[in-house]
Amino acid sequence: MIKYILKRFWQSGILAIIMSLIVFFGMYVVGDPVEMLSDEDWTEQDKIELAIELGLDKPLHEQYLNFAGDIVKGDFGISFVHNRPVLDLIVERLPATLEVALLAMVIGLCIGIPLGIYSGIKGNSRGPRIISFFTTIGYSTPNFWQAILLILVFAVFLQWLPASGRGDTNAMFGIEWSLLSIDGLRHMALPAINLAIYKICMQSRLARSGTQEILYQEYMTFARAKGITRNRIIRRHLLRNILIPIVTITGLEIGGLIAFSTVTETVFAWPGIGKLLLDSIHMVDRPVVVAYLILITLMFVFINFIVDVLYAFLDPRIRHQK
Amino acid sequence: MHFSTLEFATKSNKMKNLKHIFNSLLNKIRPIFSGHYIAIAGLIGFSFFLLVAILAPWIAPQNPYDLMVLDIMDGLLPPLSKLGNGTTAWLGTDALGRDILSAVMYGLRLSLFVAFVAVSIGTTIGVILGLLAAVKGGWVETIIMRAVDLKVSFPGILLALMMLAIFGTGVDKIIYALIIGVWASKARLTRSQALSEMQKEYIDAARISGIPNWRIMVRFLLPNSIAPVLVMVPMALSGAIGAEATLSFLGVGVPITEPSLGLLIANGNDYILSGKWWISIIPGLVLVSLVLCINVVADRIREYNNPYLKSKDQ
Repeated sequence: MIKYILKRFWQSGILAIIMSLIVFFGMYVVGDPVEMLSDEDWTEQDKIELAIELGLDKPLHEQYLNFAGDIVKGDFGISFVHNRPVLDLIVERLPATLEVALLAMVIGLCIGIPLGIYSGIKGNSRGPRIISFFTTIGYSTPNFWQAILLILVFAVFLQWLPASGRGDTNAMFGIEWSLLSIDGLRHMALPAINLAIYKICMQSRLARSGTQEILYQEYMTFARAKGITRNRIIRRHLLRNILIPIVTITGLEIGGLIAFSTVTETVFAWPGIGKLLLDSIHMVDRPVVVAYLILITLMFVFINFIVDVLYAFLDPRIRHQK
Repeated sequence: MHFSTLEFATKSNKMKNLKHIFNSLLNKIRPIFSGHYIAIAGLIGFSFFLLVAILAPWIAPQNPYDLMVLDIMDGLLPPLSKLGNGTTAWLGTDALGRDILSAVMYGLRLSLFVAFVAVSIGTTIGVILGLLAAVKGGWVETIIMRAVDLKVSFPGILLALMMLAIFGTGVDKIIYALIIGVWASKARLTRSQALSEMQKEYIDAARISGIPNWRIMVRFLLPNSIAPVLVMVPMALSGAIGAEATLSFLGVGVPITEPSLGLLIANGNDYILSGKWWISIIPGLVLVSLVLCINVVADRIREYNNPYLKSKDQ
C-alpha cells in the first residue's frame, strides 16, 4: 500500500514538472514577451534592456529554473492589467469558483446516481427510457447555451433569479462566501444548476452502465441464489462496486467542473478564477494566464493522486498489488 | 492477398465490386438501425444538416461574409420581417442587419468543417500512434502511452484554452486545439486492440513468413483493430462540434468575420437581456439539434457494439 502510494506520488511529481515545462515553453518561448510588453516607439536598445531585465538573455534551462524557483516561492509576478500580485488575484477569486463547483457537484451526485441505479435495475422499461431521453438532451446541449436558456427563462421572462454577479456574501474563516447569504444563494442558483445539469447526465449514465455491468456478474447471480433480499443486494453488492468508477470520475470531475466554470462564470459574470482566465486571455495579461495554468495543473496532479489513493482503498485488487 | 493480382480489373468488374461493397455496407448498417426510430431520425437529421452545410453558398438567401450586402437599417429585426430590399428575413436579423437564416447556414458549414477536419486528423494520428505503440513496444510505447496518460488526465477545454492562449486564435488554431482533444483516446484503444490481435496465430505466421513490421501493421493489424475506434468517431465528432462552439462563444475560437454557430450565439448573447432572443436562440437550436442527432446515432452504434447490452437485448 505505502509502496503504491509512493509510486503514485513520484509519478505525480514527474507529471507536474512536465506540465510546467509545457506551460513555460508555450508562454515564454513560442510567444515573445518583449513584443507584448514593448510599445511601438521603442528602439532596439530598449527592447534588449527589457529582455535583460526579464532574464531572457540567459540560457533556456537557467530561465526555466528561475521560473520554477519563483513558482515554488509562490511568486507568480505582477498582473499587467490589475497591477497587483497575480497570486493575490487568484486566491481572492478562488472561493467564488469553489463554492459554485461544490454546490453543482453535490446536486449532480444526489440526483444523478439514484437516477442511474434506478435506470440500470429497471432495464428497458418506460422510466429509464424517459430518463435516458432527458440525459441525452442534457449532455448534447453545450454548457454555455444551457446557461443562456436559463438566463432567458428564469431571469428575463420569469424574473425569479438574478442573471449575473455574486450578490451579498458573508464571511467565514475570513473568506467571503455567497453560500452563507440568501441573496448570494439566489445569485448562485443559476450558475450552479448550469454546471450541475451536465453532472447529473454524466453521473446517471455512468451509474446506469456500471449497474448493468455488475448485474450480470456471477457473484450477483450467486447472491440472488443464496436468497439475499433485494435491498441488501443493492446496498452491499451493487452500490459498493459501482462506487469505484464513480469515485474516479467524481474526483476527476472536480477538476473538470473548475475547468468548465470558465464557461459558466463568463456567461453569468460570476467573479471566479474562470472569468479571470478568460478576461486575462483577452487582455493578453500573460502573468495571470501562466499562473492560472500552473496552479490548475498542480491542482489536477494533486486530484489525480488523491483519486488513485482512494481507488486503492476501495478496490482490494489494487491495494494488494505487488 | 494474391486475390487482387489474379482478378481482372475490367470496368464492369469494378462496377460490380463497388456495388458489392455498397450492398455489404448497407447490410452491415441495416441491423444497427432497423426498428430504432430515434436513431433513424438522428441519421436523417444529420444528413439534412450536412446537406445544408455543403450547399450553403448556393441556397442561402444572402452571403453573410459579404459586408457590402448588409444594411444596418435592417438590424435587429424579429423573424418574418421584411428587409429593405423587399426580401423576407424568415428567422430575423442580427445587429448588423445580417440574415440569421443565412448566417446559420454558413455557421453550420464552418462548424462541421472544423469538426470533421479535426476528428479525421486526430483519429488518424491516434490510430497510427496506437499501432506504433503496440508493434514497436519498448521506449516508443512508453513515450506514446505516457503522453496519452498526460492528455487524458486534463479536461479537453483546459488544454484547448491553453493552446489558444499560447498560439492565438483562428480557424487553423482551433483545429489544432481540437486535434489535441481527439487523438489520445483513439491511440489508447487502438493499442489495446492491436495488442490483443497480436496474440493471434496468424500474426505469428506472418512474422515467420518474413513479412516486415510495417506491412503487418497496415495489412493485418489496422483492418482488424480499427472497428472499435470507428465506433468512437461519431461521439468525437459531436464532442468536437460542441468544443468548437464553446471556444468560439468564449471569443478564443474562429475569427469574428467568419462566425461559426458558437460565435453567432455569442453575438446574440448581448441582446438576450433586452428580450431579442432570436439572434442567439436560433443558432443555438440548430447547434443542439445537430449534436443531438449525432449523439443518438452514436449511442445506438455503441449500444449495438457493446456485448454486455447485446446479450441483454436478446
